[in-house]
Amino acid sequence: MTVNGEIKFSPEELARYSRHLILPEFNIEGQKKLKQAKVLVVGTGGLGAPLLLYLAAAGVGTIGLVDFDVVDDSNLQRQVLFTRDDLGIPKVIAAKKRLEALNPFIKIIPHQTALTSDNALDIIRDYDVVADGTDNFPTRYLVNDACVLLGKVNVYASIYRFEGQATVFNYKNKAGELGPNYRDLFPTPPPPGLVPSCAEGGVLGVLPGILGSIQASEVIKVLSGVGEPLSGRLFLFDAATFETRTLKIKRRKDNPLNGENPSQTGLIDYQQFCGFEKPTDQAEKLPVKSINVKQLQELIDRNANIQIVDVREAYEYEIANIHGELMPKSEVTSHVQKISKDKQVIVHCRSGKRSADVIEMLQEKYGFDNLYNLEGGILAWAKEIDQSMPTY
Amino acid sequence: MAKIIIPTPLRKFTSNQAAVAVQEGTVLESIRDLTQQFPDLDKHLFNEDQKLRGFVRIFIGENDIEDLEGQETRVNPGDTISIIPAIAGGL
Repeated sequence: MTVNGEIKFSPEELARYSRHLILPEFNIEGQKKLKQAKVLVVGTGGLGAPLLLYLAAAGVGTIGLVDFDVVDDSNLQRQVLFTRDDLGIPKVIAAKKRLEALNPFIKIIPHQTALTSDNALDIIRDYDVVADGTDNFPTRYLVNDACVLLGKVNVYASIYRFEGQATVFNYKNKAGELGPNYRDLFPTPPPPGLVPSCAEGGVLGVLPGILGSIQASEVIKVLSGVGEPLSGRLFLFDAATFETRTLKIKRRKDNPLNGENPSQTGLIDYQQFCGFEKPTDQAEKLPVKSINVKQLQELIDRNANIQIVDVREAYEYEIANIHGELMPKSEVTSHVQKISKDKQVIVHCRSGKRSADVIEMLQEKYGFDNLYNLEGGILAWAKEIDQSMPTY
Repeated sequence: MAKIIIPTPLRKFTSNQAAVAVQEGTVLESIRDLTQQFPDLDKHLFNEDQKLRGFVRIFIGENDIEDLEGQETRVNPGDTISIIPAIAGGL
């Protein structure tokens, strides 16, 4: 509650936040700052789950959530906000219910949408701090650019397999000095496909729990003014080796948003920036031919003279395979001699995406014209041909 | 020798080694030693003009080589070089 513009707490709130109130550096002043703050969490997934639970528990007064997705089985390994009862429900709705149950004294604002160049400035404008828990490069650059353009702090973390990164971008310290942002650290994104998403490359379930908690801690520090935020420093954590490093990062003169000669004054097309849209000169690229799993079964049944190439990783092959020759996507070019140029060659992966990329590359660079993508990959095979096959 | 820590996304090009021992000298010489040991890495670290790609940063100890003498920065025996690529996962 606010009385004459001053933040007040009910007796229930004072009891709830007592461990903060007795913290010497934090006390009621820090708690007031949390209560009047508005934080936007983009992505209510692995990072978003612990981040939101701790921000809500800590008493951040207004929390916005952005996510377009619904809760899925495969989320529950790490997205501890959700339970089986939430399956199929929009994440922002399930999260709102959970967070309100945890803390009825705060306001939760769901934005059930993907963050895009069209809506990002309007959504972010109303908040003080943004915490980025998204899962792809276009959205990472979008969140960063919108925060820099609007002058918002961007509390950042990202994860891959066993490894995590965290930092605080676009933070102005008490001396008024502005810290670096994402474009100072990584001026350009990696080409599509080099750094797979967690959906393709996997992630240790507890890892986003650790990194998301670090994000929550940094958000609370930024809001309360307690401690030294992780600005100008990049924290790295490898859960596999328990190696941690904290590296120094600085602003760059050539940052297009706020370097010496800024060239970008608005949001751009981030899909294109990250290379996901094909430039027009590639429009003549050969289409990727494909066959479905039933057609493949017929070929196998009549002992047709075909070659099956499996472009997944060895550990995926161990889970389930259809006796293809294993040539992981990243190593295909070193196995190219083994791929027949005469026979019909069926290339497959888990779902059909990686194999289509491989075929496109082999057609373009090596002139193959006998490659066929298996539609739906080994998942389709498990669903339609061999139901005893494990899926993953 | 110096040590280069290989980040997860690039370990598929180093036979899954998390750290590789390399010759000291300049940063460029140390990284060239790495890419000679693991040639597939080269195109992921350098562009056609042999410049380091924009999604990769190189640190010696805790310092970005861009804040030192770039690829000519001296690497001493026992130094740790970190290759830091952009990763985006979060869901």
